[in-house]
Amino acid sequence: MNAQEQARPVGGRILTPPFLALTALAALSAVLILWRFVAGLGASTALNDGYPWGLWIAFDVVTGTALACGGYAVALLVYVLNRGRYHTLVRPALVTSALGYSIAGLSVAIDVGRPWLIWKVPLFFWHWNHRSVLLEVAMCIMLYTLVAWIELSPAFLERGETSSNPKVRSFSRKVLPAVRRGLPFFIAFGLLLPTMHQSSLGSLLLLSGPRLNALWNTPLLPLLFLLSCLAMGYGAVIIESTLSSRFLGRPLELMMLSRLSRVMAWILSVYLAIRICDLFVRNSLLAALFRFDLFSIMTWVELALLAGPIVLLASSERRRDPGNLFLAAMLLLLGGALYRFDVYLVAFQPGPQWSYFPSVTEILITTGLVAGEIAAYIALIKLFPILSGRKPTAPARAAVLGRSYMTAD
Amino acid sequence: MGISRRSLFKVVAAAGAGSAASALAPLKARADQAATSDETIGMLYDSTKCTGCKACMAACNQANGISPDTETSGGRAHMPVDLNEHTLNIIKVYQDSSTGDHAYIKRQCMHCVDPACVTACMLGAMKKRSDGVVTYDPSLCIGCRYCEMGCPFNVPKFEWSKTAPKIVKCQLCRDRLALGKQPACTEVCPAGAVIFGKRKDLLVEAHNRLDSNPGRYLPKVYGEHDAGGTQVLYLACVGFDKLGLPSYGNQPVPHTVDAVQHAIYQGFVAPVALYGVLAGVIWRNRKRAGETGEQSEQP
Ligand code: SF4
Ligand code: SF4
Ligand code: SF4
Repeated sequence: MNAQEQARPVGGRILTPPFLALTALAALSAVLILWRFVAGLGASTALNDGYPWGLWIAFDVVTGTALACGGYAVALLVYVLNRGRYHTLVRPALVTSALGYSIAGLSVAIDVGRPWLIWKVPLFFWHWNHRSVLLEVAMCIMLYTLVAWIELSPAFLERGETSSNPKVRSFSRKVLPAVRRGLPFFIAFGLLLPTMHQSSLGSLLLLSGPRLNALWNTPLLPLLFLLSCLAMGYGAVIIESTLSSRFLGRPLELMMLSRLSRVMAWILSVYLAIRICDLFVRNSLLAALFRFDLFSIMTWVELALLAGPIVLLASSERRRDPGNLFLAAMLLLLGGALYRFDVYLVAFQPGPQWSYFPSVTEILITTGLVAGEIAAYIALIKLFPILSGRKPTAPARAAVLGRSYMTAD
Repeated sequence: MGISRRSLFKVVAAAGAGSAASALAPLKARADQAATSDETIGMLYDSTKCTGCKACMAACNQANGISPDTETSGGRAHMPVDLNEHTLNIIKVYQDSSTGDHAYIKRQCMHCVDPACVTACMLGAMKKRSDGVVTYDPSLCIGCRYCEMGCPFNVPKFEWSKTAPKIVKCQLCRDRLALGKQPACTEVCPAGAVIFGKRKDLLVEAHNRLDSNPGRYLPKVYGEHDAGGTQVLYLACVGFDKLGLPSYGNQPVPHTVDAVQHAIYQGFVAPVALYGVLAGVIWRNRKRAGETGEQSEQP
């Protein structure tokens, strides 16, 4: 293990102005969440009997967990395909996974009408409906949230080892080796569970098949959701690394990200190939694709956003241009998010008498949750050994607006 | 390393092939058995007999202890525009001035033979009873509303206005059935437009009406096979799709998702096997890394 691979707390002040602004948004969200429980879902949301699932499910849960697939996608590379060089990406990716999934869980608790009964879902196993895809998704998401935090726990324990409190120190020293020994079993769970529930997030809407627009209604939904969440996981890692290099004055691990972007582009190509073949195979859809109504336009936008990164990442020179990398990853995340919104909110057509656009409360709660997530991320990387690489030097900090590259691999 | 990559691709390929194959290999629908069971009950609604008096709506509200919806209709009682949290049963009218077509339609839960709402529900708050009735048990409902996402007939409704909301839908007057009475709507209907009985008898009756009076009806009993069959059957003189009962084919709605999930999960054998492969590969990679000292211990 060389010195550069050692993860260290970033350090520095936590209560910076941006952090406080994010916290304020999160606090506003908390107040609105309270109000939602007092006033009920009818008063606080635009949800209705035609569109019983809205922004919170489509974004916080379905899109949010896909964006939080970094931990899953990187673990696949490092632990299964044995690409040790990506090792330094594991921890920061896991932080986004643990946070993203925790937020998704919280959103579910806000969204369901009878949250005081949620505890029955994991415990009343004799009532489990084995045909319910939602049950599988719920169980997997609960378990994976737990697993992600366990996978991350060595970061907290390592910090604990250097704590000034002797009790914390001795506890951490005692527990850390045991956690490390058990880790492979959790890592395997951390790979199995997202494979299951990310694909099942696609299967969920197969039940709405009769009311799902044909451009999206395919038995391949689970496969498409799985492939796109992997690509989105890598995309999120690229964005996150670029941003932390920009704003924390850390060296950008360009070679690693450029290699990662190649993996991402390959997966994306497979996704697109399957998506397009699926449209072609079901012939009648070609006509629908050129009707240029809402559905066909959304499909085209989706395809364009997802084809963009493949073009942008086609040559190795371009893959080494950080701005280009960032743009490609951004397009991918947008495209992947749009695909999910399309399936859950656009393709789903309960009938002409229904419409849905999220209420201000819904939007503010979601915004606040995301803000809280970012704030928590910043706090965690400052306090705990998450990020690896050289300690940012004074000049690097000064060059926040410029870029510093770490081209040595 | 080569092996691990291959095994991964195998897994991905298997998942892909599985979901593709599932489209071709339909699961045996458990639905059929229930449909042919002679003891299941249901209702038959004859649109051509309905006078639109809406006595059934008032009776339904009363039987279920729900105050009628007077808000979405500008104050006139019993005139909601659609099923909602106060309305488990509604009479709607279809009118087309250009063709002169005109018909009433009664909407409530269809009590599907293989219901999407039951497939959706995590803890089985929605249940299909052996007599065909689809019941709802709030003590097992967390209010996820997946039943609403699944039901192709837009039937389950959510009590949006309440802080402790439940799902509401017609349960075929299960309380009255338990007392040996028939449903409130069929009991009260002065025109005999909606009748209660065993599904097999209602089917015979429906086909008798079609045979003896072919000019009066479209030659179809909606619900006999539609969406895998429903306990509630319909006769009409206007296209059923215009009355809000689209043709969903004869396969039960949950069929596709059942088939896909079955193909992927193979009765949960696939996830267990995948876990075994993953744990094995990770363990081996880690041991190797430990030997060469290449990989650090930290996750
Ligand atoms: S009509 Fe809807 S609510 Fe009624 S049984 Fe069928 S799927 Fe369930
Ligand atoms: S809302 Fe209730 S009844 Fe409907 S699927 Fe969810 S738990 Fe089941
Ligand atoms: S069976 Fe009972 S609950 Fe159902 S529509 Fe008729 S009166 Fe209403």
